Amino acid sequence: MSDLSVSMSASGGLPQTPVLPEAPPKVTVRNLNFYYGEHHALKNINLTLGTHRVTAFIGPSGCGKSTLLRIFNRMYDLYPGQRATGQLMLDQTNILDPRLDLNLLRARVGMVFQKPTPFPMTIYENIAFGIRLYEKISKSEMDDRVEKALRGGALWNEVKDKLNASGLSLSGGQQQRLCIARTVAVRPEVILFDEPCSALDPISTAKVEELIQELSENYTIAIVTHNMQQAARVSDKTAFMYLGELIEFDDTSRIFTSPTDRRTQDYITGRFG
Amino acid sequence: MNPIYSRRRRKDFVIRGLCIAAAAFGVTWLALILVTLFYNGVAGLNVQIFTENTPPPGSTEGGLLNAIVGSLMMTVIGVGIGAPLGMFAGTYLAEYGRNDRLTSVIRFINDILLSAPSIIIGLFIYGAVVVPMRGFSAIAGCLALAVIVIPVVLRTTEDMLLLVPNALREAASALGLPRSLVIKRIAYRSARAGLITGVLLATARVAGETAPLLFTALSNQFFSLDMTKTMANLPVTINNFVQSPYAYWKQLAWSGALLITLTVLALNIGARILGAERTAK
Repeated sequence: MSDLSVSMSASGGLPQTPVLPEAPPKVTVRNLNFYYGEHHALKNINLTLGTHRVTAFIGPSGCGKSTLLRIFNRMYDLYPGQRATGQLMLDQTNILDPRLDLNLLRARVGMVFQKPTPFPMTIYENIAFGIRLYEKISKSEMDDRVEKALRGGALWNEVKDKLNASGLSLSGGQQQRLCIARTVAVRPEVILFDEPCSALDPISTAKVEELIQELSENYTIAIVTHNMQQAARVSDKTAFMYLGELIEFDDTSRIFTSPTDRRTQDYITGRFG
Repeated sequence: MNPIYSRRRRKDFVIRGLCIAAAAFGVTWLALILVTLFYNGVAGLNVQIFTENTPPPGSTEGGLLNAIVGSLMMTVIGVGIGAPLGMFAGTYLAEYGRNDRLTSVIRFINDILLSAPSIIIGLFIYGAVVVPMRGFSAIAGCLALAVIVIPVVLRTTEDMLLLVPNALREAASALGLPRSLVIKRIAYRSARAGLITGVLLATARVAGETAPLLFTALSNQFFSLDMTKTMANLPVTINNFVQSPYAYWKQLAWSGALLITLTVLALNIGARILGAERTAK
């Protein structure tokens, strides 16, 4: 075990953040199973997302971590033949309730995707668009909200002079921060990040990671990542998944220094995956 | 030189020569047609064409005003009816019904409709509208053109919407947008240039259609804006004038054909420019 921690600190992966006290659960997952048609993709998942904490999901490709994330906002509902069983609570709301209004759910649970997806409109409109879905506010109030959101996305200083430029004119890293700002603008409670940095360069990645840590002061965050150092840097808790099962779920510092399961240890030391 | 390589070179030379010859053969006829059309058409172009109605038999004065106005009206109304229907249907196929079995059936039938001879569509409207209404009418002409527009617009709408990345739809849904707004505000906006291109191409397609109008709007020697009566239009007027014994009428037919060709050319160039804008993004 001692050689493991040495190798982790050598790669700069040791978590810097101290272990926070247990937070009250924001999202509770009980005996969750998920099926793509006949394929049993998630097997009996149990975990909680702590309020205003960052929970990272790691594991090799195809382990089901993105699948799990896409259940939290019922994204899978867009496609036929996909179904979930078990219990998934957002506070007192049953996310899996078939009568649940999905648009209202998605207003509470925002999502940032792997590839930046700015809408084909101006930077200002990219933000205002989401706000207008839920609120009717004056132009000056909207200006404030857009500025606030862009500041929240750590993008304001770079775009304040070209708010009317197309969102597509920004660089990849800026586009991703625009998408984060857009998500924050509608004031969700939970934000899901699905490999948000995998299409970004290291500098943009660092900015987004910093942003995620700042956001965790006000939002409950779940992040799927292929980058273990990233999980170690940004998260409070880490879930290791493998072949559709949740293998280990614990404080991030513990997962990366003294995992209890052999498979977790093999994965984080790079023996497979 | 390596014998295998030199043989490949010889083969390439021959095949390339054949390809160039075939392309030249095709383009030559097109060029001849256009040159003849311009040569004969430009000779008759003057202000009268746009200010006077089609002449009575034997007269050597008159223009194409009633035919131009009739063609414009029927094309605009035909596209106005057909384009929305085609867009709605294409939206269904690409968005709501993407995983339905009905979708592949509709797509198959639409492809048949797309390649159906326009004279069949003219006959269909003749039976469905002209006979019950007891007479040829501009309305029937508009409907015949609309039926031709629908499959063209449906196809381009579906194709263009399918090009919009799913990630964009997911991102919009993740913000809490209902499906209708995802389509209206995100998918349509992303595909806007392509959708307009489709409508322009459909307009170009019907602008020169003769057969469906022959059985529906017929033609009219006089100026008329009455949608329930026969209406003059360029294609049928050209068709009639070319067959006439009068030199002046033949000249008007050439000029009318040139007008249609220029219009179609302009629509196609407009569609090309929009298409280039789309790929540049």
